[in-house]
Amino acid sequence: MAIAPLFRKPKNELEKGGRAQPEQVEADSEVVETCPECGYGNPISALWENMSVCRCGYNFKMTARARAAFMTDDGSFAGMFGDIGSADFLRFPGYGEKLESVKKSAGESEAVICGEAKIGGAPCCVFIMEPYFMMGSMGCAVGERITLLFEYAAERSLPVVGCAVSGGARMQEGILSLMQMAKTCGAAQRHADGGNFYLSVLTNPTMGGVTASFAMSADIIIAEPGATVGFAGARLVEQTIRKKPPTGFQKAEGLLEHGFIDMIVHRARQKQVISRLLEMHARRK
Amino acid sequence: MKTQRGAAYERVRAARSKDRYTGIDYIYNVFSDFIEMHGDRRFADDPAVMGGLAYLDSEPVTVIATEKGRDTRSRIRRNFGAPNPEGYRKALRLMKQAEKFGRPVICFVDTSGAFCGIGAEERGQGQAIAENISAMMALRTPILSVLVGEGGSGGALALAVADEVWMLENAIYSVISPESCANILWRDTGRAEEAADSLKLTARDAFGFGVVERVITEPAKEPERIFDTLRSDIARWREAAAAKTADSLLHGRYERFRCMGRIKR
Repeated sequence: MAIAPLFRKPKNELEKGGRAQPEQVEADSEVVETCPECGYGNPISALWENMSVCRCGYNFKMTARARAAFMTDDGSFAGMFGDIGSADFLRFPGYGEKLESVKKSAGESEAVICGEAKIGGAPCCVFIMEPYFMMGSMGCAVGERITLLFEYAAERSLPVVGCAVSGGARMQEGILSLMQMAKTCGAAQRHADGGNFYLSVLTNPTMGGVTASFAMSADIIIAEPGATVGFAGARLVEQTIRKKPPTGFQKAEGLLEHGFIDMIVHRARQKQVISRLLEMHARRK
Repeated sequence: MKTQRGAAYERVRAARSKDRYTGIDYIYNVFSDFIEMHGDRRFADDPAVMGGLAYLDSEPVTVIATEKGRDTRSRIRRNFGAPNPEGYRKALRLMKQAEKFGRPVICFVDTSGAFCGIGAEERGQGQAIAENISAMMALRTPILSVLVGEGGSGGALALAVADEVWMLENAIYSVISPESCANILWRDTGRAEEAADSLKLTARDAFGFGVVERVITEPAKEPERIFDTLRSDIARWREAAAAKTADSLLHGRYERFRCMGRIKR
């Protein structure tokens, strides 16, 4: 930059030091996603490359498939149980239509994808919840898929890596969705009884019946920075106690401080950390 | 079968009624010589959950109950029956003890749900519930849970992972309160009656879904007769359960939940 003129106003753009570079070169031609933390408009092509992390460190929601792509070895993820879908067996107001429309918009058949994969060469079973499918809520199909995955992994002595993101149990499936908490925990417990390793990754947000079941039942629990993890939502807490929860309430950093998770791992390092841990838990035949 | 509109909410009202027996009544009237035990050995004693030892006829058993309180003072002390994580951890401690000494566990559940407070969250409400569920799945002693009033979501389930679950006919069991459900669906808590119908939260519904084994009729006259009914029914259950090996109990418990919401491919 040129020496700043100290005693007179600059006459033109050149004297000011030239035209400022536009903040986003491709802003006109590209869709941007604005960060709710810092306000920066992230071009989506850049988000793709950064695992949907803003330059300020904020973690954007990401689809289960995108997560599978960065967490597992290229082309190693082989999906399972995709044919298990939910039904509107309670004839709950609006649920049938909602299921149909969300299947189209999310491009998934349910709120979790399961499969066998490799992470850093280590074979494992993986489940990843889908935030774009009814906020990753757990109905019977989600419970069934996760249970089947733990049973499959237990039979083959494979470790399970699970990524949680969920609003909790799916109220549209009533009491049976509550029972999925017991079903999944039971399967995870049997998997554990066989000496198998389970690693849980908590992402933003993990709440309610998912926190209170399989997400918190792992040998090692890691969380993404800034993820909200809890049982009751902050709004419900505020209504109950008529007091605003403190800043940082239910954030991953607070959970670490209170001793409920093992560590916080940035998306960019997750694969490396997980593959190291899988390696350390490799079972000798 | 078509039920009348608003019928489900009548049950919700009955389940929440202040005239209803609470956990403490069942403990003292179904069992004898109850000795209460306190504390989770980690942080505190939660008055919303009572637990201890008692005789069922002449057999020692571990009894756990959520307690709402009977008057304003005791309701406040008992936090209206909404447990903190300490309550669940106390219950688990007592269950582990029961396992060690080969006693059956009997839980009475009547709670609007786990408490939604700052401290409860900071001390791991979700983790405490998850731990109870997993541990109860693996507990090598018989467990029976009786839902006697409100069965509020995960907070109730954390004491209801059992070999058998029974419900009194006016008890409810729901994934969410009808008020919260109406708020989410229509942004109007006033439509809780409709929500209650949609949620299918009555004892009959739960029985229909295979979520509970028995619905127990509440005597209209002489309501205290419920204690005698429960005493003899629980004694019969205990005897049958005692004849089973721990492995077969665990297998049965796993299958009990495994088939709930099973989806054929």
